[in-house]
Amino acid sequence: MNIIEVKNLVRKFDDFVAVNNITFSVKEGEIFAFLGPNGAGKTTTIKMLTTLLHPTSGTVRINGFDPQRDQDKVRKSFGIVFQDPSLDDELTAYENMEFHGVLYNVPRKLREERIQQLLSYVELWDRRNELVKHFSGGMKRRLEIARGLLHHPKIIFLDEPTLGLDPQTRNHIWSYVKKLNQEEKITIFFTTHYMEEADKVAQTVAVIDRGQIVAQASPAELKSRNNTASLEEAFIKLTGQRIREEEATGKDRMRLRRRLWNR
Amino acid sequence: MKAIYILWLRQLKRYFRSRSRIVGSIGQPLLFLVALGFGFGPIYQKAGGGNYIQFLAPGIIAMGILFTAIFTGIEIIWDKQFGFLKETLVAPVSRLNIMIGRTLGGATVATLQGIIILLVSTVAGFRTSLMALPLTLVFMILIALFFTSLGTAIASILDDMQGFQLIMNFVVMPVFFLSGALFPLTGLPEAIMLIAKLNPLSYGVDGLRVALNNVHTLGLQNDFAILISLTAVLLVVGSYLFSKMEI
Repeated sequence: MNIIEVKNLVRKFDDFVAVNNITFSVKEGEIFAFLGPNGAGKTTTIKMLTTLLHPTSGTVRINGFDPQRDQDKVRKSFGIVFQDPSLDDELTAYENMEFHGVLYNVPRKLREERIQQLLSYVELWDRRNELVKHFSGGMKRRLEIARGLLHHPKIIFLDEPTLGLDPQTRNHIWSYVKKLNQEEKITIFFTTHYMEEADKVAQTVAVIDRGQIVAQASPAELKSRNNTASLEEAFIKLTGQRIREEEATGKDRMRLRRRLWNR
Repeated sequence: MKAIYILWLRQLKRYFRSRSRIVGSIGQPLLFLVALGFGFGPIYQKAGGGNYIQFLAPGIIAMGILFTAIFTGIEIIWDKQFGFLKETLVAPVSRLNIMIGRTLGGATVATLQGIIILLVSTVAGFRTSLMALPLTLVFMILIALFFTSLGTAIASILDDMQGFQLIMNFVVMPVFFLSGALFPLTGLPEAIMLIAKLNPLSYGVDGLRVALNNVHTLGLQNDFAILISLTAVLLVVGSYLFSKMEI
């Protein structure tokens, strides 16, 4: 069964076509990597899948529901870790979890149980009462993953979950994710720029470039099809050598300021 | 309901945890109160206006509320990209409830700020009676609600903090300076008077002055009716813009 179905999805921003008629599907229980160069349309697609952005045209089904019409049912079906951290720094780890649980209407007793279980799972239970602003990047990521799982979603979206983390932490995070996928049968949908991660973890890889899907297959098949030794080489063969220039947007400026002021 | 409560609670927790922000945002109103209050005091007295600190304090309270309220609203620009708000936008909670929770939270914080400034201004020599407090609180809350929703509405349209300076210079500052917070709205040139009458904060300041000083200029009923209806309109507009916001 396909838990995510996307057909002829298009999103335009004025004249710019960010996502240009893409069609793909993700099987239930699968680990799915969504790869592409900067500005290829990954984040725009994720926003449309997660009800944050309306498609210009095309259809999306998440767990059988339409993100535009059955917003709340779709929202209950997935958890998400955004590219930019979305924790409240002024709250403790426990409070961040609790707020999420309340927003998703998880009953108090169940909430307390799950928070303990999930925080222990990502090895943050001992630090549950510390303010998140004192956490390292890796700890924040782990907390976000735990939070995204609190309402027992069927799918979890991870938008560059390992960006800026050291290899140890990255390994750690992927081992949680894999365990989660095997034990809880949660479908994983992730993006990354680290091709070896996708190669190691993903069962299916879709490559998007200039708003279009240019390939979808298993990592092994992509490699043999393109006659390359690594997924990275296959990726570059598919998307070309050219470096993508992106104009700095207001968002990038804010990101920079955030780094400078460490907010 | 629960979602509204938890969003409100979050704002309060954040407020009480950042003491530096509390102190910082009281600093500016306090400076105005002390510098203008004591600086213009003698002239105001000579001109027959009476005690200037007594006149000024309600205006400065309104200022503190105005600034805090607008800031908590504008914070959404930041929050929708790097904050908890983004998390709430994908939660199964309606945008309206998110907006209400946040606005109530921001307004509560701004009101608390107003209360602190009121307390501090008594140190500078401001006097009022305990009986004045209920009506004072009503107007504090109204000013806070109005400007928090204004901030939210503005933040829903803006994409980055670039526009922030613009808002400060062309919205917040004029609203403050042309509201009668610093001078009485009597005997003014017609143009200034007209602007003051179109300025929502004028009615808030006037209401506070009625409550705290028992001085009537624009009329208490007017103050109340105009602020309530403008707040209602802005809440609707703000909710609409907030619900249409795409990130």
